[in-house]
Amino acid sequence: MKVDLNINGVERTVDVEPRTSLLDCLRGELALTGTRAGCEHGVCGACTILLDGEPVRSCLMFAVQADGYEITTIEGIAPAPGELSVVQDAFVEKHGMQCGYCTSGMVLAAHALLMRNANPTDEEIRDAISANLCRCTGYGQIVEAIRLAADNLAQSNVFPAERVR
Amino acid sequence: MARTASRNIGQSIPRLEAREKVTGRAEYVHHLRLPGMLYGKIFRSTVPHARIKSVDVSAAQALEGVYRVVTIDDIREAIPHPYYGPAFHDQPILADGKVRFAGEPVAVVLAADPHIAQEAVGLISAEYEELPAVFDEVEAMSSDVLVHDVLKPAATFPDLKHLAGRTGTNVALDYHLLRGDPEAGFAAADHVFEHTYRSQQVMHIPMEPFVSVADAADGRLTLHTASQSPSFVRIEIARLLGWPENRVRVKVPYLGGGFGGKLYIKLEALVTALSLVARRPVKVALTMEEQFFMVTRHPCTFTIKSGVNKDGTIVARTCKVVWNGGAYADIGPRVTQKAGFTSAGPYDIENVEIHSYAVYTNRPPCGALRGFGAPQTAWAYECHMDEIAEALGMDKVAFRRKNLLQNGRPQATGTIVQDAALEQALDQVADRLNWNEPLDRGDGRIRRGRGIAVGFKGITAPTTSVAIVNLYADGSCGLYISTVEMGQGSDTVMAQIAAEVLDMDAAAIKVVHPDTDVTPYDMGTLGSRSTFHMGTAVRLAAEDARKKIAELARELGLPEGSNLPLPELFRRKYGMQAGNIIGTASFIPKYEKPDAETGHSRNATPFWGVGASGAEVEVDTETGHYRITKLVNVADVGTALNPKLVQVQLSGAGIMQLGFTTTEEMVYRDGQLTNGSLADYKIPTLLDIPPEFINEHVDSEQKDGPFGGKGAGESTTIALSPAIGNALFDAVGVRLTDLPLTPEKIFRALCEANGTPLAGE
Repeated sequence: MKVDLNINGVERTVDVEPRTSLLDCLRGELALTGTRAGCEHGVCGACTILLDGEPVRSCLMFAVQADGYEITTIEGIAPAPGELSVVQDAFVEKHGMQCGYCTSGMVLAAHALLMRNANPTDEEIRDAISANLCRCTGYGQIVEAIRLAADNLAQSNVFPAERVR
Repeated sequence: MARTASRNIGQSIPRLEAREKVTGRAEYVHHLRLPGMLYGKIFRSTVPHARIKSVDVSAAQALEGVYRVVTIDDIREAIPHPYYGPAFHDQPILADGKVRFAGEPVAVVLAADPHIAQEAVGLISAEYEELPAVFDEVEAMSSDVLVHDVLKPAATFPDLKHLAGRTGTNVALDYHLLRGDPEAGFAAADHVFEHTYRSQQVMHIPMEPFVSVADAADGRLTLHTASQSPSFVRIEIARLLGWPENRVRVKVPYLGGGFGGKLYIKLEALVTALSLVARRPVKVALTMEEQFFMVTRHPCTFTIKSGVNKDGTIVARTCKVVWNGGAYADIGPRVTQKAGFTSAGPYDIENVEIHSYAVYTNRPPCGALRGFGAPQTAWAYECHMDEIAEALGMDKVAFRRKNLLQNGRPQATGTIVQDAALEQALDQVADRLNWNEPLDRGDGRIRRGRGIAVGFKGITAPTTSVAIVNLYADGSCGLYISTVEMGQGSDTVMAQIAAEVLDMDAAAIKVVHPDTDVTPYDMGTLGSRSTFHMGTAVRLAAEDARKKIAELARELGLPEGSNLPLPELFRRKYGMQAGNIIGTASFIPKYEKPDAETGHSRNATPFWGVGASGAEVEVDTETGHYRITKLVNVADVGTALNPKLVQVQLSGAGIMQLGFTTTEEMVYRDGQLTNGSLADYKIPTLLDIPPEFINEHVDSEQKDGPFGGKGAGESTTIALSPAIGNALFDAVGVRLTDLPLTPEKIFRALCEANGTPLAGE
């Protein structure tokens, strides 16, 4: 069946089976492979995307259910091609990754946090990514990266939702 | 230690591939789709041990969209002897007449749509004649139930040859060491202590599940695989096919985690056979649930006995270590030997006897997992050390320090210990725990305690790494290595080493990822070996390139020490921007294989991995629940070539081991895994990280390592579990002998200690 999806600000029409998960649709139909397939049963968070700015597990919803939402994937958060968002940049600087497989989900969860709360406490940072599993790093550097992103935002003087990008 | 400032060595240079990873553009096999590619989905056995009477694939074959259903008979068309493995050729590509664990692959459905393949798997049925099964390693030592009728060691290891054709046993390999006279030692000792400790079965859980793609055509094969050992895959696949190595190409992009799971050969033999049978590219990608049937970590039962004098000197120790290898040996025999020879712990003991056994059972296969057996042995010897100190009334740090191996002293094998900062690591942990200050132990319901442990490991040997440094005509550099970047940061560190020799910036170096048609041999990205082995090969290759630059300058008649830029040298030589300078080198450290009788070796390991851990805990005595309020890991990594990368390695290894200590366990009922999914098998989340979590390395140097460096990926896995077990004892006075350390076990032990034991499990 045909479904219209708004992905990273672009309207896309895809022809998928009703059973196709949003994850499979993004990776398979649209070749947006930055969204990772991990456990595919809703636990690990590797497939995290944003629906109207809120983190969602794309393995747990059907592509057809995403009709009418603004979908943001890891490919859609940099301010311009070749540039990095504040969060992405902080992950690079703070070594906020190892194998990188959970990174898209972590970056998006952090992005969503800072979009709604540009000045989070450490507790709020931990809470925001506590449902995303990382098997490599022990998490410390990921938290440090998000802290740095928040600090960098606090020092910029742009409208909050704009400056996350 | 003062070191000369360098722009590369000792600098926390950001990961070379960080931008690819934060933008989601990093390449993993999981993304790969080839034209005409089929997906394979696996039908698995439902019983742990049985003869296969029949497999009915007709309904699956008839489903629309199914390309073909494949069983072992079809595999034999392509590979007449379809048995593989790194130590033993004991694992069939698909079950061959028998199944040996519940979850073993029996048949595969191929289809262009993975959902149709999965649907068809549900239409396959098999009839079994069930056989008695054995699951426990100690039972399997003497059981009448035989998992394999005959042992089939691989020719790769000359020291396994004598096992060929052995029958009537589940013991795949036995390793023995004898030093001095332990019986006389026990007889003369003031006290003798004996304890038994057990480690459970756990799984690596890489976030990217196992995945391989094979593309066979015209007598050539290309494998795209999430593998930690592309060179080994090529050799083993070439052996299976009877082809020369140059017709098998193995390519590995980034790995979404490995931890020892993606080593040697896993799905590669299966996808190769499927692609040959189907004459199409074939991809097999396991689900997270299926990963538990691929490879796991050895459960282990370890009985340790020590003779100790009143003053705390350990005079004799015997170790009996039994490793539950599961249904197929994988690299278990090597775990048995390598972790066997260090199983008496990092202590200077005159009389030592070790017996280490790899045993087959009807469980999913067990292989290498971050530490190669060292964490299981340290769990035993470091709990044992605390029990002895407790009985002698000695301070636990002082007791360890009294017996600790010093550099320059022989380890149990006879190998002289060098560059092992055991005492420094122990002292640093004690310092971070304020060991000499009293602890607020609490009263009433909540009790506090602290524990400490130290351990070491030998490194797999002998192994070879080869590196190529390619200088292009504009002076830029490509580094060709088969080390797999699986998160540990090898691309960055190897570039730092090459850059240091070549006087460049690491970030300017392009690291070419493993492609066996292009990158040279490497034994594998495993066991903390890359920084030391490949790092040395890279250093030597870069030095070779420098030598060749100097030769070119001489050839061009330039005066010695002339500083002409490299592009200019190329232009003068070739008249334009053209040519290459190729520096290459291989590295294999000195090694002496252990004597078959005594287990002795003058050179048992290229270097020592050293880790010490400390923990403070808070136990609720009414429920058994506990909180780790402080966790300290200190490792000896030699010179930290990139401190930030080292930091992430230490904390990551520590947290993985925290999972293996507190929550993770593969639970079985009648040989059936009951918690094989991330919903039921709990790995640590951010909320499980102790509020105070310290990871440090000591100030040390591995003198023969590249710029003083050595491996860092496993050191903090070694001593963590016993540090927590010892802290729990310190808090509430009950000793848990079996991992994981669950609140239920603590509660049961507390009830037992209070004289009100609970009814059975």
